[in-house]
Amino acid sequence: MTQLSVFDVAGPVMVGPSSSHTAGACKIGQFARALFHTTPTKATFYLHGSFAEVYKGHATDKALISGVMKLRTSDPRIKEAFKIAKAKHIECVFKKKDLGEKFHPNTVQIVLENSSRKLSMIGSSVGGGVIEILRINKFDVHLQGRAGKYLSIIVCHENHGSKTFNKILNRIKKLGIRIINTQTTKYKDKNLTIIATDGRDNKRITIKEVMDIEKSIEGIEFIRSLSKLEKQ
Amino acid sequence: MKYEFDTADQLLKLCKKHKCSISEIAKRYEAERSGKAISTVRSGMKRARDVMYEAVKEGVKSTKKSKFNLSGGDANKLFQSLSSLKLMMGNKVTVRAMAYAIAVGETNANMGRIVAFPTAGGAGVIPGALFSCAEHFKAGKRQLLRGMFTSSAIGIIIAEGATLSAAKGGCQAEVGAATAMAAAGLTEMRGGTPEQCFHSAAIALKSYLGLACDPLGGLVEVPCIKRNALGAVAAISASDMVIAGIESKVPFDEVVKAMNDIAESMSERIRETALGGLAITKTGNKVKKKLGLKITKEL
Repeated sequence: MTQLSVFDVAGPVMVGPSSSHTAGACKIGQFARALFHTTPTKATFYLHGSFAEVYKGHATDKALISGVMKLRTSDPRIKEAFKIAKAKHIECVFKKKDLGEKFHPNTVQIVLENSSRKLSMIGSSVGGGVIEILRINKFDVHLQGRAGKYLSIIVCHENHGSKTFNKILNRIKKLGIRIINTQTTKYKDKNLTIIATDGRDNKRITIKEVMDIEKSIEGIEFIRSLSKLEKQ
Repeated sequence: MKYEFDTADQLLKLCKKHKCSISEIAKRYEAERSGKAISTVRSGMKRARDVMYEAVKEGVKSTKKSKFNLSGGDANKLFQSLSSLKLMMGNKVTVRAMAYAIAVGETNANMGRIVAFPTAGGAGVIPGALFSCAEHFKAGKRQLLRGMFTSSAIGIIIAEGATLSAAKGGCQAEVGAATAMAAAGLTEMRGGTPEQCFHSAAIALKSYLGLACDPLGGLVEVPCIKRNALGAVAAISASDMVIAGIESKVPFDEVVKAMNDIAESMSERIRETALGGLAITKTGNKVKKKLGLKITKEL
């Protein structure tokens, strides 16, 4: 039994017109931003399938860039996304691209960059505002997101043995955070691990704690917490 | 879990066991499920109510057209007509319900803020029916919230037994589901029993079985917005029938099963793809052209 929430039915509160093409797109943008961590100077969106066909009518473009600027799905400023992006000096590029048949029709690849870093991510909006993240940089992942359920910590680390990985897990456990499961993907000499945590009654990880882990443990390329994305 | 339900049958048993209404069970269920206090759950619903109210208020005032000129200003026309009431439906409750339902649809099309209750496409029905009737019998705020909780419970049962997505089940899953939900919520607000709430929901949903989702250009505007208005009126009518003593011959759980069966036999062309029905008429293709979409066929 799935145990739907009353507020899955009476919600989400969102800016129109479409839950999959607007609200879902905004959430994919938020994920990319959380993974990139700072305001990018350039955002490129490669639109696939139905996103490429009808993005203008459903304001998918505005919703995506709004997400990258950390606006919530219910924020009326989504309408003025391009203006806000200009004021924040974010260069936005939209391109149509066929990402392949294995992806859902509502899929987008987002590339965020600034002078020193670059992040690429592929996400799909699968209906009713529910989204899935399927690729982060070169790593194939599977991460489902719905309002109030993003409690994952994402780490990219070196994979000589499991030394670095165990250190990270121990640090998180020491902070009093319960780990539900982990999902690791390999690519060349790097690993990407998604650590799902239980946020129901327990403590949640703070941004400061995340940054501390990144600084103090060797062999981590980046570590990000998605707990900030929780409330919609 | 103590308050879990997937079907009308289970929910009715819970109502009997605890001697309370559907809305009360829905509240307790949510509190139990999320581990939050009843008051927090109620605040969540209050927020949904406030957002819907804002959307209605914005919508009845606005005469702005949507981006591709497909909708806008109709809620205002209806709302203005309330003062003279020369319409056939010479009844403020229904005309106002239509105005409110269209207002939410137009707000959605203009990228305003709405509550997807249960989805963006059917978001006008519940505020339309519930708000207009609440004004009519001067219902308190709590009474309105009770109606909304009951509506949500019906929505959960439909989602569990069939679907709330037009991509899977066509418009019966959006406006149809919303109409059933609104009818039940309204019946509870009027003091109907849990059984009566399900009779209203069953009567409403039965009339919407098999409804196609074929909007022009794939946009949530034509025919969606006006369909919301008629859905709100249908919800009021279904509730009226039940309060007058009429019962649904087919129980609600069976109607949901029928809805799921029909959803499975519906062609993909009429499930939110804009490849059939109204979307491929002459007018539909004009809109597609404007949007730069591929035209496949014309009726």
